[in-house]
Amino acid sequence: MNPYIANTPSDVEAMLATIGLKSMEDLFADIRPEHRPKSFDLPEGLSEFEVVAHVRGLAEKNASGLTLFIGGGCYDHYIPAAVKALIARGEFYTAYTPYQPECSQGTLQALYEFQSAICTLTGMEVANASLYDGGTALFEAVMMAMRINGRKKIIMDGGVSPIYRKILTTYTSNLDIEFQETPVEHGHSSREQINKLLDDQTAAVILQNPNFFGAVDDHSDIIRQAQQQGALVIASVYPVSLGLLKTPGEMNADIVTGEGQSLGLPLNFGGPYLGFMATKKKFIRKMPGRIVGETVDAQGRRCYVNTLQAREQHIRREKATSNICTNVSLCAVQALMFMSLLGKEGLKDLARVNLDKAEFARQTLEKVDGVTVKRSSPTFNEFTVMLTHDASQVAEAMIPHGFAAGFPLGRYYPGMEKYMIIAVTEKRTKQEILRYAQCLGQVLKEMK
Amino acid sequence: MEVYDDYFYTKEHEWVNFEDSTATVGITEYAQDALGDITYVELPAVGSQVEQFEQFASVESVKAASDIFCPISGEVTEVNTELEEKPGLINKSCYEKGWIAKVTLSDQDEQSNLMSADEYRNYVSNLD
Repeated sequence: MNPYIANTPSDVEAMLATIGLKSMEDLFADIRPEHRPKSFDLPEGLSEFEVVAHVRGLAEKNASGLTLFIGGGCYDHYIPAAVKALIARGEFYTAYTPYQPECSQGTLQALYEFQSAICTLTGMEVANASLYDGGTALFEAVMMAMRINGRKKIIMDGGVSPIYRKILTTYTSNLDIEFQETPVEHGHSSREQINKLLDDQTAAVILQNPNFFGAVDDHSDIIRQAQQQGALVIASVYPVSLGLLKTPGEMNADIVTGEGQSLGLPLNFGGPYLGFMATKKKFIRKMPGRIVGETVDAQGRRCYVNTLQAREQHIRREKATSNICTNVSLCAVQALMFMSLLGKEGLKDLARVNLDKAEFARQTLEKVDGVTVKRSSPTFNEFTVMLTHDASQVAEAMIPHGFAAGFPLGRYYPGMEKYMIIAVTEKRTKQEILRYAQCLGQVLKEMK
Repeated sequence: MEVYDDYFYTKEHEWVNFEDSTATVGITEYAQDALGDITYVELPAVGSQVEQFEQFASVESVKAASDIFCPISGEVTEVNTELEEKPGLINKSCYEKGWIAKVTLSDQDEQSNLMSADEYRNYVSNLD
């Protein structure tokens, strides 16, 4: 028997007999031979030892152990050892929001606290128990906005992550939604272009702060104008920046989403990451996902429950508010641990250190030949530079020096092949920044 | 189970009371009993146009969220805003204080698509 496939030949035979078939061939009889693959080209199975060796070999092809100056939505922040120790406790080890409050008070309380922390951080009134990641959370926000005002036009600012915009258009490709993209001008959202498109059919305007190029903006004016037209404003935010920046709540955004990876979750390819969503209380019944509420039990003791469930899929079937009946509880609890350990002052300090180090890197790189630092707007911990050469090639050439140099923009912004965004978190030391600048200068000189 | 004699009814358990050109709409005793404690009512917008049997409101109880279909076509002229604070009025007084909306009739003939009190009583007794 193959160790990775649990069905024995007699299992297969029993299952076929149950459904009244003689062979596997009968099972696939409906698929005509010409539509079947000639061969799956599957080699013989390997032993566990051989598989480990094979996968390790594949992993070694990755450029690992690099010093990271790359962001673009995921950031290299320090994760306190206490977070790793606490999250590994068996009591928290479930991926799902529990249905049975009577035996899940600890998990429910943790999620309630997570929601409260997200509300405090974003300046919003209500938050849900998390969504899958920043991109899918943004998609859910678009659907929510359309549920609220029944309109179908979405204005997307060009400063919104191009990866998120791709997720949005993919998810909605079979729905009747019209997306209108507005260009970024001098690093900022174009007020003029957005105003030109805004009308009484606009369901929502999507903005991101800081935007994908790292520019920090106060969107209050755009938000006011959109709301005058009856449109909602969805703000996608970077949570660590909110220790310092004006919150989307202060700007009066209607729905706030974001990627929570920066709150104590490790960088990885493919997730799980952490989507979060917060909104105004008046929209709570249109919000997707789980919401944990505080209540009292029959004896008047404080306790927690999944609340507002009647609009969800397991009860409302196809009429549910959304198909999101789950969340990433474990990641949400991990983010809560991170935020709790840092506290309000700690999060402010963290944001301050990020800003200061990025500013130091910006000033250092301005002195490097072949690098032009874009200065048209204030930034947080990420900024855009223009290089004398193709940014993808530069990034490639920086790997042997031990650096993930940044996010080349050409792949998503045609015509910006020489541009790169550089992220500097609290983990980057002065020495690393200086050595990075020196290597970047050297690489650019060698490319001439 | 209470059914008001002079009201008209739908298969989805809405009632409608005609007074001149205005129709008052709500949900029946059977509906409120099946839903249990009602916790939220989503009211239609005043001024909106509805078609007969089109969804125009929803009620949420501890058990379920259900769509409410408007028994007749017309314009919504008034909604029971008291339900925003006291959705339980539907449980306490589904035919009186728990009314949901008033609609100005646009087509008198639509009444023939509705059940009379006796027909509705008969309909409900066959459901159980």
